[in-house]
Amino acid sequence: MTTTDYERNVVLSSKTYDVVGTRPVRPDGADKVTGRALYGADFDAAGLLHGKMLRSPHAHARIKSIDTSRAEAMPGVLAVVTGKDLPSAADKVIELGEGSTNLMYLRDNVLANDKALYQGHAIAAVAATSPHEAEEALGLIEVEYEVLPAVLTAPDGMRDDAPLLHENLMTQELGEKTDKHSNVADHFQHSKGDLEAGFAEADVIVEREFDTKTVHQGYIEPHAAVALWNNDGRLHIWCSTQGAFTVRDSMSEILGVPVSQVRVTPMEIGGGFGGKISVYLEPVAAVLSKKSGHPVKMVMSRREVFESTGPTPGSHIKIKMGVTKDGKITAAQAHMAYEAGGFPGSPVGAGAMCVFAVYDTDNVVIDGYDVVVNKAKTAAYRAPGAPNAAFAAEQVVDELARRIGIDPMDFRLKNASKEGTRRADGPVFPRIGCAEVMEAMKNHPHYSAPLEGPNRGRGVGVGFWFNIGFESSCTISVNADGTVTLTEGSTDIGGSRASIAMQAAEVLGIPAESVRPTVVDTDSIGYTAVTGGSRTTYATGWAAHDAAQEVNRQMIERAAKIWEVDAEDLEMEHGVIKHRRDSELQMSFKDVASQLNDTGGPVVGSAALNAGGMGAGGGSFAGSIVDVEVDPDTGKVSVLRFTAVQDAGKAIHPSYVEGQMQGGSVQGIGWALNEEYFMTDDGTMTNSSLLDYRMPTSLDLPMIDTVIVEVPSPSHPFGVRGVGEANIIPPTPAIANAIHNATGERMYKLPMNPGAVMEAIRKQKK
Amino acid sequence: MPGKTHVQTIINGEHVDFLCEPRQSLLECLRDIIGLTGSKEGCNDGNCGACTVEMDGRIVTSCLVLGVEAEGSEIGTIEGVASGSTLHPIQQAFLEGAALQCGICTPGFIVASKSLLEQNPNPTEHEIRFWLANNLCRCTGYDKIIRAVQEAAGRMQEATV
Repeated sequence: MTTTDYERNVVLSSKTYDVVGTRPVRPDGADKVTGRALYGADFDAAGLLHGKMLRSPHAHARIKSIDTSRAEAMPGVLAVVTGKDLPSAADKVIELGEGSTNLMYLRDNVLANDKALYQGHAIAAVAATSPHEAEEALGLIEVEYEVLPAVLTAPDGMRDDAPLLHENLMTQELGEKTDKHSNVADHFQHSKGDLEAGFAEADVIVEREFDTKTVHQGYIEPHAAVALWNNDGRLHIWCSTQGAFTVRDSMSEILGVPVSQVRVTPMEIGGGFGGKISVYLEPVAAVLSKKSGHPVKMVMSRREVFESTGPTPGSHIKIKMGVTKDGKITAAQAHMAYEAGGFPGSPVGAGAMCVFAVYDTDNVVIDGYDVVVNKAKTAAYRAPGAPNAAFAAEQVVDELARRIGIDPMDFRLKNASKEGTRRADGPVFPRIGCAEVMEAMKNHPHYSAPLEGPNRGRGVGVGFWFNIGFESSCTISVNADGTVTLTEGSTDIGGSRASIAMQAAEVLGIPAESVRPTVVDTDSIGYTAVTGGSRTTYATGWAAHDAAQEVNRQMIERAAKIWEVDAEDLEMEHGVIKHRRDSELQMSFKDVASQLNDTGGPVVGSAALNAGGMGAGGGSFAGSIVDVEVDPDTGKVSVLRFTAVQDAGKAIHPSYVEGQMQGGSVQGIGWALNEEYFMTDDGTMTNSSLLDYRMPTSLDLPMIDTVIVEVPSPSHPFGVRGVGEANIIPPTPAIANAIHNATGERMYKLPMNPGAVMEAIRKQKK
Repeated sequence: MPGKTHVQTIINGEHVDFLCEPRQSLLECLRDIIGLTGSKEGCNDGNCGACTVEMDGRIVTSCLVLGVEAEGSEIGTIEGVASGSTLHPIQQAFLEGAALQCGICTPGFIVASKSLLEQNPNPTEHEIRFWLANNLCRCTGYDKIIRAVQEAAGRMQEATV
């Protein structure tokens, strides 16, 4: 195995910075390499009880009765709860940061009401003095089920004779409520131009169907929460979450208590990827705490994580695209049916926004279907909905390029979305880096390197994902020694303390190490939306920038006071306050900081903002170039070389930008080649362990080379584009296109495991 | 409830005695009884490696060892990798090379990497990948972890010359 040198990044941003773009050690680093950092399951409290959840063994069943009396009588058991212990919820939609949800469904997902809708659906819970006792007590709870037929895929769920999951679910059809009872929660359509005319203009039309399987986010830390419902009525939660305020709001809604009565302390989080936004354990631990009068800790097993949280949906997608002989895409059509899981709310909406977002196409129709099936309720997973869509669309794009004999990168460049392109779902792109990413791919030595050896192929793919804006808050306090403390509310999953602190340091003109960031609880900072939607470095970094500007304004006032001059005549540059006309008057940030008490007291700067909605900043484009080798005897696909290219707008901490690109790429590789839920016909997952649900190991992979493209976002003060997600989109089609290049066969299903590849090769031999 | 067993061990160089139930894993004993929460539980069936500790010179997944089996053993956990206030070169290389994102797998990777470099001071990329294949990381794609171990190996060799 050889490693290739990193190709130089493509820097199109023109400003130069002191701190932004450097690579300091992250502020929370020492805690995390010494085992001192405290994650969800590491929290302890006096009198702590341990909670465990009883889960449905059936994928679809009516709950006829639950008898908890024997469990309640067991020594060591202090509380038992069922769905009846949660207040009934209103039929209303609440926003969770990376997708919204209906409160009624969220509540019924936390503890089943009258029906179990998937294997692993929570039915009852026990709090006992040890986790082993709680587990024993679960065996004493008697549940009588009436088992119902299960439906497991979107196409099956859409059939007229499919068993219905929700008797009261009526299809929303093109924005209108209907009285049709079905498993299709929603059918929507985006359209633009004249599709038929577009296809009539085309010289070549390709239409293909694709299927993808359910996959999981696969964070290494299982969900964990501790709840203390105190004697004064206040509820305190310590948990591993992507959004402490989302947990607070969810608890308030589900339990019917005011937000002011709920305090959420986010612990360190061991990965989330979208899967730790929704609450699962927290409300149950809370009612167990209320019933027992003790703090209650609940930690999921790996099996519970697989069977009861996440996943991201399996899907069925049809793509039809037309192109002229000279390579212009004239029409594009998609039919996308996504599994929502047991309750409505698959990411088909975002998938539909992204499916053709890479291409500037005049005539488009996209139909999306959100279909409930008897699997765990889907949750966000890194660019939710987009990888499924790109696996389909980017293979059709590849086939079109080959059919008309144009290089796949040239073909993409010819049709690339640009500033002013309107997506079929409405929004018009501001300045984006779509073509720049494609250029960087085409010009990368990897793209033109010879493929040495038989059974090898190269493929490319390109994907788009948003920067979600939303709310962020930040407070900066100046210390007498010239350092500052910074508090913020964004859970740090991948180094965001560093990227946020660095933006403050840049504005203050002090070293990154002089900014001490802390992620605080919901009582200690203004509202901050989830760490998700590629928004944290973008939006919370922006809040830090603004809070630092406010600090500077106050520091200039203090200098003016010291010098007895007009503050209007002062300016601050690289951490030095100067008089515009009197060069004698100069003072460093540190000098002013040492004189705060005599000039009016502490300096504290705060900022809170809403950084916009889904379209904030134009979003980020990412591309993959991959070389594979296909073993003709076993069908095993080895990834030989991988290059990830992405527009970061401006990389605040390039190492962690590369890390996002590498991590997302490898999750995409796992999705492409191995990962899937194996389900029996009755809806039982048969591979709910990390041995059988096979995520990539270090031995499965080459180094992941990266190229950071910097086309500054027009809206962010440093031009940042969030980089957390787009990188997971292009690997699946890039690998499929590479397999086609190696074998001559198209792969229409995920995952492309040895069995699937062998089947394709055998078909060819016949 | 089953009775508890008295277990005597040496953990990170110190004598540690504890009482545990026969059904408790070494990982549970470390985390819940002794208070060393640096070893993490990701799967409780030996497949993620987040609970990796050294036991009598070998690395084990502590979720697959019973607490009572540790009787008379010498155990090294992530909490014992640094020497006082000085980080181990592997810890330093992980920090400088951004070889962690969420950090939950990091203790297991550092304990496993330390064991590798003690046995093989100059491993190839393939040898590092093979040795660390029992440790799952979902954030980094492993690239920066492999590079950090290579970097640490170089620094440790320079230090011994």
